[in-house]
Amino acid sequence: MNFIIDYYNYWVVVFLMMAGFYTVIAANNLVKKIVGLNIFQTSVFILYISMGKVTGGSAPIVADGITVYSNPLPHVLILTAIVVGVATTAVGLAIVVRIKHAYGTVEENEFKDKDDLI
Amino acid sequence: MFGQHFLILPVVLPLMAAPLCIIFSHRLFAWLLATLVSGLSFVISINLLLAALEQGVLSYAVGGWEAPWGIEVRLDAASAMVLSVVTGISTLVLIYAKASIETEIDTNQHTLFYTAHLLCLTGLSGILSTGDAFNLFVFLEISSLATYTLVSLASDKRCLTAAFRYLVMGTIGATFILIGVGMMYMQTGTLNMMDLAGRIAEIGGSRTLNTGLAFILVGVSIKLALFPLHMWLPPAYTHAPSAVSAFLASTATKVAVYVMVRFIFTIYGAEYVFHTMGMDLILLLLAIVAIFKCSFMAMAQSNVKTVLAYSSVAQIGYMILGISLASAAGLMAGLLHVFNHALMKGALFMAVGAVLYRTGSVDIKAFRGLGIKMPFTMAAFVIAGMSIVGVPLTAGFVSKWYLVTAALEQQNWLVAFLILLGSLLAVIYIFRIIETAYLKKPIESAANKDIKEAPLIMLIPMWILALANIYFGLDTSLSVAAAESASHWLAFSTLSEGGVQ
Repeated sequence: MNFIIDYYNYWVVVFLMMAGFYTVIAANNLVKKIVGLNIFQTSVFILYISMGKVTGGSAPIVADGITVYSNPLPHVLILTAIVVGVATTAVGLAIVVRIKHAYGTVEENEFKDKDDLI
Repeated sequence: MFGQHFLILPVVLPLMAAPLCIIFSHRLFAWLLATLVSGLSFVISINLLLAALEQGVLSYAVGGWEAPWGIEVRLDAASAMVLSVVTGISTLVLIYAKASIETEIDTNQHTLFYTAHLLCLTGLSGILSTGDAFNLFVFLEISSLATYTLVSLASDKRCLTAAFRYLVMGTIGATFILIGVGMMYMQTGTLNMMDLAGRIAEIGGSRTLNTGLAFILVGVSIKLALFPLHMWLPPAYTHAPSAVSAFLASTATKVAVYVMVRFIFTIYGAEYVFHTMGMDLILLLLAIVAIFKCSFMAMAQSNVKTVLAYSSVAQIGYMILGISLASAAGLMAGLLHVFNHALMKGALFMAVGAVLYRTGSVDIKAFRGLGIKMPFTMAAFVIAGMSIVGVPLTAGFVSKWYLVTAALEQQNWLVAFLILLGSLLAVIYIFRIIETAYLKKPIESAANKDIKEAPLIMLIPMWILALANIYFGLDTSLSVAAAESASHWLAFSTLSEGGVQ
């Protein structure tokens, strides 16, 4: 039981990662693929945030009587990764909009030409 | 005072110029600015390469924060060599692009093309010069996002699905790298590459580090299109504008190969990756399958750009094969092939782009009789094609020679034989196109009568690359010296001359 409770965050990470990854592979709708990609990336954000936690540590703000602080660096790193994720989503959705204009559909199984299948 | 800041200029210059292209939104200005900035970066990179060959390592602390706290910009012979290739090819492609994109990209999107190209160059130079593992991920994503945009700029609607597929695969690859870097940080508490190398050697392997390595290698393999993770590459290179294909085929995957070399040799150490984890056999097998499977795929295509795209995947196989031999000689051959392949693929894609510019098609049927109608373009194609095959007196021969020598050094006769056999397959898919161009009669029609030689602005960059193929096939002193110094620098402590066996 401890194995689950001690690593609770990491179980969440693994679950989200696989759920997102599965959606990317299995979804038929291109927008849903992007959503899956987002969930996949979000799981990594949680992984980074979880690893910054130091057991018994407080928030990394200097204060009297506190000696143990959590590590703020992974949080800052993931801020950058979130920006990258947002940019990727924007580019992805923009391409989906143009696919809709060009093909008239965003459903993978409705593409007529086999070569265009994603 | 200015001297030490040179190291960061190849990254900063294109980054500053990119928004200017959009703000002024003038086609000629954007082209001039992009070419100028890219050329300037090239001159700086060449100087950095010469300095790196002399001094070993050049280091610069961004914002005055010393490593390992701040981000370190760090250039050694390996990174400076690839940086010179990337900036050089970028400059030539930009000169070429002026005419090429006229028919392939909407007029009002030309400034966007130059902006995205410069951003892509920023990302690639950043990957090559950074000494920080997380920073590498950020630059990788800068270049990748610009790349998706570049691919989707073509007027053919199929480029959109290709770009979408590329985006999904590329993002998964980058996220895998992010997970791997996170695991390394978890175990070591640092992100600086040299710091990481020291601490990983101290720890000597743990489950977290092994998992991190696995994530990183899979992620980078997607980015460099190693078989069987190459499925995004052929459609992306086929449907992208020709100038973009020429740029990406000769730089983006090469930079990803560099990232793999960096992670294997500098950070984890070759001994650990190849000996303890047994990656050499896995990479060797994948590389050989890539060479054969994708060469066969290249033979079966009727679209010449697809032929070249599959050939790219096969050639990446040679680079990975060199790395997987796990010896200084093998690594050197791999790096040399990175350099030479950039020259030949750049020239080939430029030649095909010129055919597309004049005939409006890249189907093999459109090549009939072009040997007479577009003599200079096809001659450049033949020279670069010879180089892909590995005919003596071309650059391709030099890298194949070193690859075979590296394989024979380990008495690995089978691998040496397979390398030579792979070259024979290249003969088939390249000569199929050359034969069509020179020996088949053109289809006589009104539209075909007007086909004439490509404009000079396309021919000059194409011929610079084609002649570079011959020059670096005859005078190998610069390229071999750079690759040799790079491989020794990367492998000096982790490998003995004969490799780990």
